[in-house]
Amino acid sequence: MSDSTLVQSLHILLHILTAVLLPPLIPGLINKVKALMAGRTGPPLLQLYYDLAKLARKQAVFSRTTTWVFLAGPVAVVAAGLVASLLVPFGHAPAPIHFQGDMILFAYLFGVARFATVLSALDTGSSFEGMGAAREVTFSVLTEPALFLGFAALVKVSGSLSLSGMLASPGFAISRATGPLILVLAGWGMVFLTENSRIPVDDPNTHLELTMIHEVMVLDHSGRPLALVLYGASLKLLVLGALIVGPLLPRTSHPWLDWAGFYAGMAVLALAVGLVESATARFRMNRVPQFLVAGLLATAFAFFLLQA
Amino acid sequence: MILFGLCAFLVASSGVPGLFLRTRGGLAAAWLMGLGALAGLAAAARALFAGGPSLALLHTPLGTQGYLRLDAVGAFFLVPVLVLPACGSIFALGYWDDRHESARRLRLLFGITTGFLVLLVAAAHALTFLLAWEGMAVTAYLLVMAEDREPVTQKAGWIYLACTHSGTLCLSAAFALAASATGGFLFTPLPMGFAATSRGTATFLLFLAGFGLKAGIFPLHFWLPGAHAAAPSHVSSLMSGILIKMGILGLIRVLCLVPDPPRWWGALVLVLGAVSGLLGVAFALAQHDLKRLLAYHSIENIGIILLGLGLGTLGKSTGHPALQALGYAGALLHVLNHSLFKGLLFLGAGAVVHATGSRDLERMGGLARTMPVTAAAFLAGSWAICGLPPLNGFVSEWLIYLAAFRGLAFPSSSWSVLAIAALATIGALAAACFAKVFGVVFLGQPRSPEAASAAEPPRAMRLPMTILAWACCAIGVAPVLVAPALARAAGAAAGLAGPVDLGGMAHLTTLSFIALPMLTAAALIWVWCRKGPAARTGLPTWDCGFTAAGPRVQYTASSFADGLVSAQRFVLWPKVHWRRIVALFPSQRGYRSEVPDPVLDRCAGPGLARTARGLTGLHFLQGGQLPLYLLYILITLVALLVWMVA
Repeated sequence: MSDSTLVQSLHILLHILTAVLLPPLIPGLINKVKALMAGRTGPPLLQLYYDLAKLARKQAVFSRTTTWVFLAGPVAVVAAGLVASLLVPFGHAPAPIHFQGDMILFAYLFGVARFATVLSALDTGSSFEGMGAAREVTFSVLTEPALFLGFAALVKVSGSLSLSGMLASPGFAISRATGPLILVLAGWGMVFLTENSRIPVDDPNTHLELTMIHEVMVLDHSGRPLALVLYGASLKLLVLGALIVGPLLPRTSHPWLDWAGFYAGMAVLALAVGLVESATARFRMNRVPQFLVAGLLATAFAFFLLQA
Repeated sequence: MILFGLCAFLVASSGVPGLFLRTRGGLAAAWLMGLGALAGLAAAARALFAGGPSLALLHTPLGTQGYLRLDAVGAFFLVPVLVLPACGSIFALGYWDDRHESARRLRLLFGITTGFLVLLVAAAHALTFLLAWEGMAVTAYLLVMAEDREPVTQKAGWIYLACTHSGTLCLSAAFALAASATGGFLFTPLPMGFAATSRGTATFLLFLAGFGLKAGIFPLHFWLPGAHAAAPSHVSSLMSGILIKMGILGLIRVLCLVPDPPRWWGALVLVLGAVSGLLGVAFALAQHDLKRLLAYHSIENIGIILLGLGLGTLGKSTGHPALQALGYAGALLHVLNHSLFKGLLFLGAGAVVHATGSRDLERMGGLARTMPVTAAAFLAGSWAICGLPPLNGFVSEWLIYLAAFRGLAFPSSSWSVLAIAALATIGALAAACFAKVFGVVFLGQPRSPEAASAAEPPRAMRLPMTILAWACCAIGVAPVLVAPALARAAGAAAGLAGPVDLGGMAHLTTLSFIALPMLTAAALIWVWCRKGPAARTGLPTWDCGFTAAGPRVQYTASSFADGLVSAQRFVLWPKVHWRRIVALFPSQRGYRSEVPDPVLDRCAGPGLARTARGLTGLHFLQGGQLPLYLLYILITLVALLVWMVA
């Protein structure tokens, strides 16, 4: 009994450490892949860690238009992201916190992050940041139902009302669920790219304000708040990535091997994102909703296939 | 029960001392209202926590059973019915003081309306119910007409009066039909099988229309935005927070009395909820008037409540107690939550209107600097109405989501997935809308001189907003606090014998503990940010080299919402007025967009005007001559005689 408690607490510890320490590595991996694809050496893998360390020492600049809401944005993003990371299973081990209906909390925590970021952007009174904020909320109207319809399909398959149950369900072995699962993951893949502001929806590299969504909302952040913004974005990559990687992982014989599988899965996801970013261009802004509707339809079809 | 009677008396008479006092009438009203609320809350607590059978309050002089009965459902509704007017009467001290000529009248009517509301939640007989209902409706009409010299107010008031009376007409017919089945006007369960008959169908549809008109279910909502916007803000908060909920109370009472609702009842309620929710928030997004926008959000939240009721009713028809309990619990909690945060938001809007003298979003901006308390309270309300954790709106939406996800395992799963998709879309749209409201009103730079010179309202107006904001936080952070009362009320609403086992189905305790790490993490990160190298402040916002960035280049409410509004133009039909720029150096330019209400401005208004014009042809029948009228009576009598003989 005490042995299993020890193992369990080790799992939880590893989960928390992964959630806190791993995220900045993922953008590093993606950027490395992109650089190699373009024939460049690229920044070191740990670049974001260096950036964060540097930003933490830097002086922040606050515009005279801003209020406390400006700082509350990045703070809420990281706080919500950290709590969300406790709800999602990394691989097959159940998440540290799991209860019936935790996927709703999970989705709404990202709502918190979005709402706070948007308000933080509007607090600057800048028209560019207003533009980015308007785009962010517009696209979220299509990603949110896609996420929830995916949950509905997984609940239907697994019969579990918790992320830990529905993502790690052995039910995916049954053939009837394979097709819908692929559709859900395809739809969620689109949600993943949108929510993390990656190509083809948004471009994390461009600094042309008129074409951006997420980057333009954080133009005015600097110093420690900017460090939070960058860290929060990488945390989101990890947490939403775990949502997609989890169901695809094969179940191994040993729980520690499962962890290795999870890390490998995240690396493959980063590789895939890097490849997509190298191979495609960003959509024109008016094409983005069509892309998102495709994601929404994929998850809806997944549900209706299960219903039939 | 003495406490309940004391409460009703105190709140109803709260405006009376003000009639005789030269000053301090408002203070007397606030004290009386507060004392009445305390007495009523004690009565509600006894009904909710004491257990056992609910208390019969008043015995009829004629019959044996009570006209008034405070059961768990009524007691649960009694809480917002007392909290909001108490807060509103404090707010009125600063907002609508004795300098307004209508102050005394408004105070008196505010108390009387609340008195009728208190009676209504405890009504257990069609007669008391309809009396309280009409009393509430008529006094609320007089409250809306506080500024009766304004033509806009007059129009809104008339539309409201016409709608509420049409609703009462439907309700009277429905009660009569129901009485034909039960054999009396007391609220007793309808016989099995009645719901499936055509008479049962007619009864349900009449109830739905009557209560729907009051609740503002789409497409019966059209009186609501005008009336809420025209009324003084503490009256709007009462109307939006409580009055429209009485429609929900009525629906719950009716559904409670039907032992075997057909499945399509629940499905219809659910579909109406999805439609109201989606269209309510879509139209809210397109508004520029702060109070009209909040009013459309009430339609949205009524939609969310109906989604819960619909799921609960589906659970009742299909015999799934878990679905039933979660659906009703979510709907009931959302009733309470919505009245707290919507009351707060309307009071906040009142403070903004008080400070800037305008309801136009495009003239606001930067108020968070000059009105920090109002801004913080309004942010709490916005956070809650978007259903974001850890505030109270999330808890009730979570319960409704949970009901829908549970329903996926049952044969009614297509309806569940409709509810899930609708709730998710509503959530995202509501967040978009309140990002717009809070961002445009409180953040950025002031867009008008009035907004620039706005000042924090007096303490009497800040206090009720603070109370309501803390109430929203308390229910959100520790939903276990309301769980026992909610379980009992949901059990009574679902027609079950005892309280529902809420803890077994919804881990409200876990949800309470989740708020803790989130707030701790946020506080630690905040401190870490503040501890960093000293920040430079006082510099302008980086505007990409555009040096003359003033308030006028900021994103406006219209431009913020434009992406979503134009994406939904096939539903919203926005009207855009702008002058095409033809020459170089155009001297005049302008752009204005508006989204008229689809039902009032496009269907009911023109349609009724045409009908009225058509009916002028019948004027000759009403010529004003007494002999003619006597002749009509004679003809009617003869016709009746012939009919009876035949």
